[in-house]
Amino acid sequence: MAVLDQPASSVDAPAENALTASGLTGETLTLRVLKGVPGGEPAEVAYQVPVVTGMVILDAVHYVQHNLDTDLACRWNCKAAKCGSCSAEVNGHPVLLCKTRVDDLPPGPVTVHPLKSFPLIKDLVTDVSRNYEVNREIPPFTAAPDDGTPWRIPQEDIDRIYEFRKCIECFLCQDVCHIIRSHDLSERFYGPRFFVRVASLEMHPKDVLDRREQTREQGGLGYCNITKCCTEVCPEHIHITDNAIIPLKERVADVHWDPVRFVGRMLFGRKED
Amino acid sequence: MSTQVTKVSPASLVSAPHSGPGPIERILDSLPWWALPATVVTVLGLFGLYSIWTAFLSGGINQSGPYLSPFYSPTIWKTGPVSPALWVLGSPLLFRATCYYYRKAYYRSFFWDPPACAVGELRHRKYRGETAFPLFLNNLHRFLFYLVLIVTGFLWYDVYLAFWAPNGHVQLGLGTGIMLVNVILLSGYTFGCHSWRHLVGGGLDCYSKSVVGQARYRAWKWVTVLNQRHPLWAWCSMFSVVITDVYIHLLRAGIFVDPHIVF
Repeated sequence: MAVLDQPASSVDAPAENALTASGLTGETLTLRVLKGVPGGEPAEVAYQVPVVTGMVILDAVHYVQHNLDTDLACRWNCKAAKCGSCSAEVNGHPVLLCKTRVDDLPPGPVTVHPLKSFPLIKDLVTDVSRNYEVNREIPPFTAAPDDGTPWRIPQEDIDRIYEFRKCIECFLCQDVCHIIRSHDLSERFYGPRFFVRVASLEMHPKDVLDRREQTREQGGLGYCNITKCCTEVCPEHIHITDNAIIPLKERVADVHWDPVRFVGRMLFGRKED
Repeated sequence: MSTQVTKVSPASLVSAPHSGPGPIERILDSLPWWALPATVVTVLGLFGLYSIWTAFLSGGINQSGPYLSPFYSPTIWKTGPVSPALWVLGSPLLFRATCYYYRKAYYRSFFWDPPACAVGELRHRKYRGETAFPLFLNNLHRFLFYLVLIVTGFLWYDVYLAFWAPNGHVQLGLGTGIMLVNVILLSGYTFGCHSWRHLVGGGLDCYSKSVVGQARYRAWKWVTVLNQRHPLWAWCSMFSVVITDVYIHLLRAGIFVDPHIVF
């Protein structure tokens, strides 16, 4: 992998530049961005970026785009950590570029690479379409046909699901999950994001479908060995493992691994939910 | 119709200074990725060696006066060719081995699957996770929870016995306190279990329409409070078991005399 160097541009940035001179700290950041296209040889290009107060890595990438390398590709949208578009790997950690402050990083050069678990499109942009295919495999919310609206749902029945609604689909959890990242099992494993979705549907008091068997078989829930990396990288601080994946594993255990419940169902003939 | 204009001073638009990660976070961030797995391997390895020594090589039941080691409680088959601890240790050790927290710890530290987040793995053999033998047996965690409930009940009974001096009077000793703290930590760990959280109420979809649904919802919330610190309970209770056992060994060997008050 080649490393190329690009000089910093003049401090007198163009008017459209978001980094105005007013916030300059006098420091310079060395940003090493992995550039490349599918089939090509990726090259880490080093750029010198003037640091401003409160700067995030996305600011630095924008500076590079505006001043040093207009060819650099980066996906972004809201710059408020709510759209989930600017996911990348900074110093090897999957993060949102817009939520990663320069002054939180250790001194020295900062590397910015695309998400490793997804096919590369160009530079920092990857193809995350596999996630949308998985999403379509999950049966959507389905209420009982005779359950007329409007619904009045007590707070205690809906509390748990609020947490899952915070997901911004940045797919950092999918990226960091070693089952997809290192073992390349994305065809047989839904991944943390979609276990969150299944959990939100399974725990919904008005949903009547049972997705446990599908989650175990097609979803590959058993592949998950609960190492909690998904929880660690979630920018919305969703407790993916404790509140979604482990409860799903326990629900699967109700069906497959609990003779006590099996006897109970034989005697009383009902599902407990 | 009037228009209300709120004046905003420029100073109010300046955000508070960014504090960034705290000192502990900075230290943890600065550690190499292998520091945590290495620590877990060392501590769990030492705990395993200590367990083998105290259960099988330390010369019989570790008991001194009213104090009974948690490694030997309840005392089943006090005599025989093998250590009485053998009949006791199985369920607590397997309970921990199948615990969702310890699974994370040993998958990362012993199996390196993965050793840390976003770190490449050394082994690239076919990965089966918990879909195949023997690791799918981790799904039996809830049964070991049932067994450990019984053991925990005996440990509380041991603490009750530790409050009574041999002459029938109530006593308060350092050993009583150590045993009490130990059983509190063990209970915090046991009742914060993910399986228990599921069984007590997490498995319900609709609390409002379930039999005793409100009670189960409240129970689930209480267990959730314990569950959020499950790793901390796990480590603290493991250390407290060792400390209790070491203390009773010291008393038994006559190296230390238990300070106590008899009422």
